[in-house]
Amino acid sequence: MRDLKVIFDGGTALIPFVMAGDPDLETTVSLVEAMVKAGADAVELGMPFSDPLADGPVIQEAGQRALACGTTLESVVKIAGEIAGKVAVPIILMGYFNPIMSYGVDRFASDLADAGVAAVIVPDLPFDEGDELHDALRAHGVTPILMVSPNIADDRLAEIGRRAEGFVYCVSLLGVTGQGSLHEGMASYIERVRRNVSVPLALGFGIDGPERAAQVAPLVDGVVVGSAVVKAVHGSGGGPKGVACGAKLIGEIASAIG
Amino acid sequence: MNKKGYFGPYGGCYVPETLFPALEELDRVYQEVRTDGDFQEELKVLLNKYSGRPTPLYYAERLSDALGAKIYLKREDLNHTGAHKINNALGQALIARRLGKRRIIAETGAGQHGVASATAAARFGMECTVFMGELDIERQRMNVDRMRLLGAEVVPVSSGNKTLKDATNEAIRHWVAHVEDCHYIIGSVVGPHPYPSMVRDFQRIIGDETKEQIMADEGRLPDVVVACVGGGSNAMGIFYPFVEDGSVRMIGVEAAGHGVETGEHAVTLSEGRVGVLHGSRSYLLQTDDGQVIEPYSLSAGLDYPGVGPQHSFFKDSGRVEYVSVTDYQAVAAYGELCSLEGIIPALESSHALAQVSVMAPELDENTVVVVNLSGRGDKDMDSVRPFLLKEDDRI
Repeated sequence: MRDLKVIFDGGTALIPFVMAGDPDLETTVSLVEAMVKAGADAVELGMPFSDPLADGPVIQEAGQRALACGTTLESVVKIAGEIAGKVAVPIILMGYFNPIMSYGVDRFASDLADAGVAAVIVPDLPFDEGDELHDALRAHGVTPILMVSPNIADDRLAEIGRRAEGFVYCVSLLGVTGQGSLHEGMASYIERVRRNVSVPLALGFGIDGPERAAQVAPLVDGVVVGSAVVKAVHGSGGGPKGVACGAKLIGEIASAIG
Repeated sequence: MNKKGYFGPYGGCYVPETLFPALEELDRVYQEVRTDGDFQEELKVLLNKYSGRPTPLYYAERLSDALGAKIYLKREDLNHTGAHKINNALGQALIARRLGKRRIIAETGAGQHGVASATAAARFGMECTVFMGELDIERQRMNVDRMRLLGAEVVPVSSGNKTLKDATNEAIRHWVAHVEDCHYIIGSVVGPHPYPSMVRDFQRIIGDETKEQIMADEGRLPDVVVACVGGGSNAMGIFYPFVEDGSVRMIGVEAAGHGVETGEHAVTLSEGRVGVLHGSRSYLLQTDDGQVIEPYSLSAGLDYPGVGPQHSFFKDSGRVEYVSVTDYQAVAAYGELCSLEGIIPALESSHALAQVSVMAPELDENTVVVVNLSGRGDKDMDSVRPFLLKEDDRI
């Protein structure tokens, strides 16, 4: 399912992040299926990278574990296709630019389209550098998602507003994934983004559980939960137990945000 | 170079959105100070009176006799704190002050950039945090002590190979989280725009002085300029002013570690493919799947999988030749300079010296060669000792 719009139609969308291949690709498939059953409206699938600049220790280590068990971008694309055939929600890939460059930008866009992937988020590819990948993705009907941060300048925000498709990923804090506190002026930050951007807004980084998700849900159209999911799955030992724990957390957050 | 910081297809600004305000502000101030007389004068006084510039261009007579050419050493090891790194650290600390930042962060491999940043921070009354891989902390203990004595906090980094790449990742992540109150002093001509240009401009004083000094000594430009390349700041510093001088052959020397054929090396420009790491597009050691390969060199300062984007441009254009020498060759050159000239060179610089030994048979006795002696080597005693023990039980 590649229509991003529908996930924002009823209430705040819940978008969990899982690192593909942590602890292995088979578990990733089960985990995504279980999370969708528990209430996920879309799923972000992490493409592991050796040097993730925007991630805190939890996701960084998940990436290391995925790489250690032999996960490659090729295998992530393949598993994304398998998942897209099994679940009825959009699959979004998230990862860094170097493996994509190495894979080949055109080949990446075309393979994602074949796999039925809806969108791609690349945290170290700002729009200034993104034309090559973004054009290739668009040509294949895959949506490039742009990010904004609380300290973004007005002119950049306006430019992102002009370019945004699908939704805009609002980073909730000045920091990396999994950090503690949200940006102080959250309401005015989101309001500022709204004034410039006409597509839905999803908020991520630092959404650590049901309480915080419920706190920010009224402000935005979707919430992304990453480190908390990775921690829950890994902390319970991965495998079927980890899948159950991840799904339980998503169920709780889904109830909390209504 | 266009305004986005490209050298041909290399460079750019591949960073999370959170860093853009800091990079744009930094670029604005950097463009401002390039032509600001007061700033340039203050930096000049600091470099002269505090750091000890100009550094000498020393004619190494006994080394010249041994190798069969006229070899000059640009003595960056005689800078305050013992390496060329202080040129950039002082410049960026002045910029940090202008930006109103009270905190400095830095990454370091061999520790020389960490010491330089800690020194500059102390000089300007700023807080300083230095990220350093655990392996590098072990092999550069003396520099860690120096940083701490200078008031810096040294943060050990335990991810990856526990070396410079990992320290850089950690520094960038810390910067993302503290971008509002700290300035990141990147130590080489790497990173997102404007760093590669800015660091080059703070280091070009090495080449500018060399040009003037060699004209005074020899009445002509050098035939060959040789410098080691990790990220590439000392090489860029000495090369850049000679770029338009077509008669000057320039050679950058990368670290071949245990030998290129073993896979344990840091030979980015010959063995790497174009990729994106730490904010810019450049040659990069990476797997077929685009994961960054952990490099290896005995020299902590060359142990880096990437290289400054302008070096990638020079490689493609052919203006600079890039070669490599092994740990063993570098250690031999280290010992040779000690015994012939009474100068202990940094292991990094020893790679450049080793290349001159490699080239010696093809050189004429009137060939004027300048080697950038980027730093001093007492910091490397722990790394070099095992090699020397094999050959000579007296040490």
